[in-house]
Amino acid sequence: MRREIPLLISMVTGIFVLVGFFVPHPAIRTLYDDIQQWVIIVVAFTYVLGMANVLRINWTQVSRRERDWPYKIVLIVGVVATMVIGFSEGTHYLDDGSKFSWIYNTFYSAMAATMFSLLAFFIASAAFRAFRVRTVEAFLLAIAAFVLMLGRVPIGSLIHPILPEAADWLMEIPQNAAKRGILMGAALGVMATGFRIILGIERTYGSEGGS
Amino acid sequence: MSPGLADLRRLDRRWIFLAVGLLVVMPLITGFHIAPVRPSARARGFYDAIERVPPGSTVLVAGDYDPGTIAENYPMHLAATRHLMSRNVKIVAVELYPGGPPLADRVLHLAGEEYHKREGYDYVNLGYKSGNEVVMSQMGSSIPRTFPVDRRNVPVAQLPVMKGVENFSQIALLVSVSAGYPGTKEWVQQVVSRYHVPMVAGVTAVSAPEYYPYLQAGQLQGLLGGMAGAAEYEALVKQPGLAMRGMDAQSLAHVFIALMIILGNLAALPQRRGERK
Repeated sequence: MRREIPLLISMVTGIFVLVGFFVPHPAIRTLYDDIQQWVIIVVAFTYVLGMANVLRINWTQVSRRERDWPYKIVLIVGVVATMVIGFSEGTHYLDDGSKFSWIYNTFYSAMAATMFSLLAFFIASAAFRAFRVRTVEAFLLAIAAFVLMLGRVPIGSLIHPILPEAADWLMEIPQNAAKRGILMGAALGVMATGFRIILGIERTYGSEGGS
Repeated sequence: MSPGLADLRRLDRRWIFLAVGLLVVMPLITGFHIAPVRPSARARGFYDAIERVPPGSTVLVAGDYDPGTIAENYPMHLAATRHLMSRNVKIVAVELYPGGPPLADRVLHLAGEEYHKREGYDYVNLGYKSGNEVVMSQMGSSIPRTFPVDRRNVPVAQLPVMKGVENFSQIALLVSVSAGYPGTKEWVQQVVSRYHVPMVAGVTAVSAPEYYPYLQAGQLQGLLGGMAGAAEYEALVKQPGLAMRGMDAQSLAHVFIALMIILGNLAALPQRRGERK
């Protein structure tokens, strides 16, 4: 029964949500909306579980003095301090001048933007060290990269007026064709997986694992 | 092996980092300008879609990004909000990224002050809600039920801007500013395909190729890709901002990376000749 009941819940819910997507009848729509509200609430609870898990794992690693344990102390202090300050400020935690806003602007915003900005440096270094044109495919990739990198920025039209047009052609014809094929393939895969879960064939989400 | 190329192979990558840093910072400090920004058809589609929205109607602006992509998404978010407010359109903002609401607040307050718009009357930020696609789908049934209060904890029933706004039927345009999942793709799948709401999107450059099929199919009426797309849009609304200032830095960085690919391959030539022998 430990296996059958979760499978039954998945099957009934899956079929109902699938039907509810296409049938706007009030009798179905009301319950469909309620299920969606439940999902929103359940997802919110997963954040609490996720946070508890992060704290538990990192605390264990700190207590065992595992590799990089000082960084994990920073993480734990950061998480706990942000939560305590956020809760202590109640519904005003988002007001201008609040301590929570200060943490967001001073730490989170700056650090997240820094991580993204570092990409420019590492891409330049990787372009020098790793992008080797050894095959015809790599040569074509390099040409496409040149055209797109230069055609997408204003300097491209100064280098040659055809560069922006060539970049647009690359994006709208070959790239788009490939992307469309990938999207359709992925959509069919998602549909197949969805049916496998609804019909109870796919059971990897269960504790037993395997299908 | 020629000594020049051999030296090049041993180039310390810190020199590359220094060069990138200088090339990015110098145009921003000096205001050095390379070339004018020319709007693409995709940016023009974005602009035209907003121009078609009748004054007084309501537009949903989804700011699904966080400070990680602020350089790309923030300028387009600000430019689109300014454009909407200049046309006296009401804005209902939502965010499906936990780190998004303060950025949406900043954009709304900045543009609101410029165009003398009042929070709660002309615009509202409903804030963040967990649940990804389910939130989008639920909004199709009832926006007030999905977001019972705004970001300031004011019940949406008390907000004049939300008067008469029940679901997507009252939304004239959906503007998605997106950094990934959940974002533009999910809004197209859950809202455009189901409720036929006109939609435009501003996305990060790295994710832009993913949305070309939706643009070609007409599910997106306009697309801004990365800082370049934001700069094109700023040029169209004739309000040069962060993106147009950043384009010169990006131009130089792109040229440098292209040079690095060429130099890296030249430096590897002697080694490859040796391998063949």
